[in-house]
Amino acid sequence: MSTRRTVWAYRRENGRVGVRNYVAILPVDDISNAACEAVAAHIQGTIALPHAYGRLQFGEDLELHFRTMIGTGANPNVAACVVIGIEPGWTQRIVDGIAATGKPVAGFAIENNGDIATVAAASRKAKEFVHRTSAQVRVECDLSELWVAAKCGESDTTTGLASCPTVGNMYDKLIPQGIYGCFGETSELTGAEHLAAARAATPEVRDKFMRTWQAYQDDVIEAHKTSDLSDSQPTKGNIAGGLTTIEEKALGNLEKIGKKVSFIDVLEPAEAPARGAGLYFMDTSSAAAECCTLQAAAGYVLHIFPTGQGNVIGNPIMPVIKVTGNPRTVRLMSEHIDVDVSGIVRREMTIDQAGDALIDVIAQTANGRYTAAEALGHREFVMTKLYRSA
Amino acid sequence: MSVPHLLVHDHKDNVGVVVVEGLEAGTEMLCVVTADNSDFRLVARQAVPIGHKVALTDLAAGDTVIKYGQDIGRMVGPAARGEHVHVHNLKTKRW
Repeated sequence: MSTRRTVWAYRRENGRVGVRNYVAILPVDDISNAACEAVAAHIQGTIALPHAYGRLQFGEDLELHFRTMIGTGANPNVAACVVIGIEPGWTQRIVDGIAATGKPVAGFAIENNGDIATVAAASRKAKEFVHRTSAQVRVECDLSELWVAAKCGESDTTTGLASCPTVGNMYDKLIPQGIYGCFGETSELTGAEHLAAARAATPEVRDKFMRTWQAYQDDVIEAHKTSDLSDSQPTKGNIAGGLTTIEEKALGNLEKIGKKVSFIDVLEPAEAPARGAGLYFMDTSSAAAECCTLQAAAGYVLHIFPTGQGNVIGNPIMPVIKVTGNPRTVRLMSEHIDVDVSGIVRREMTIDQAGDALIDVIAQTANGRYTAAEALGHREFVMTKLYRSA
Repeated sequence: MSVPHLLVHDHKDNVGVVVVEGLEAGTEMLCVVTADNSDFRLVARQAVPIGHKVALTDLAAGDTVIKYGQDIGRMVGPAARGEHVHVHNLKTKRW
């Protein structure tokens, strides 16, 4: 598929392309979740993004919290954003970060006001935003303007045979056309880290990747493990699906970056890519909701999720497209699957055909078609926490 | 081509993956190497679930298991050609 194609999407103030048009109600901290959920329950067309953190964090962990909050509000799938926090200082920092995109954003603090007055004021602003954003119409944008992230989950041996190579085929076709791609899952590349490193675009990027991978081994796995990780990586679901070792899982995982493209930078968690169009590696956990939340906060507007045994993950602001090559998963969990590539293992479908089928679903989803996870109400929003709060 | 029972990524591999449900012991499997679509036959010595691996050669404890043409771990128990390879006889070399 070499012909260029267009999609109907939203052009934001900063020029980025969004595929959804949310008015997000974003809590700065855990204790502001109730006010955000009250606003979202009252004002139709808004979505609250409750989460578990934001108090007494410090250092690198606090910076990651701000980066995730600001990046989520700044994502092009969010048309406008209401931010609510317990106090005005950190609330304003997040408002200012989102406002840099040029989109409408307003902040409200609960201290000295109480939940009820805060909800009233925030609801008036949210209603104003809903009128403004619901009047926006989709415009024709190039498919190549999309930022498309990927992560696999509940993997099995069919992931490496079919669904991950399908994603890789899509990247091989669309990254040369100009999309931004992203893969992560630092721990889950163990056993294939040498092959991943070989796909770095330059020696500098290669060294950055190996430092990031080694730091995860040393600072996270070696520092915290109580036995070997055989009950966590691979997971119980992976093992039920036939995956035996982390090396086997990693080799399947890496199939999703395709055969041709190199990655051009290594991103911190939730860091926005800054080296132009191309494939990026992000330092993330391999847990689905954490990884998707970080990729959305980096600005990715669509997510491709190859699954073997049937992970049901979604994200509140970034549509998650599920791809499976396991015929049993198609039979038992079809409501979760957007792209069925099980024909690959029956040798009825080539990887090339599967890649084209995925690109078709990417275009349909960008145009507004709900993914399975959206229709089923999956809105997993999970912050990555680096260490205990103060 | 008929629907295969077993897929093998690479000619260097010493295991393949069952891709049909309900495979019974004694089945003469159609096996396809995805690298070049070549095929061969192998009898499954055990009932092996979809997604699980089968030894393509006799494997002994200590042998390295190759899949995708790469090292995926070490045998900690035997598996004869056509038998199931999984957590009971294969373990990571990493952790």
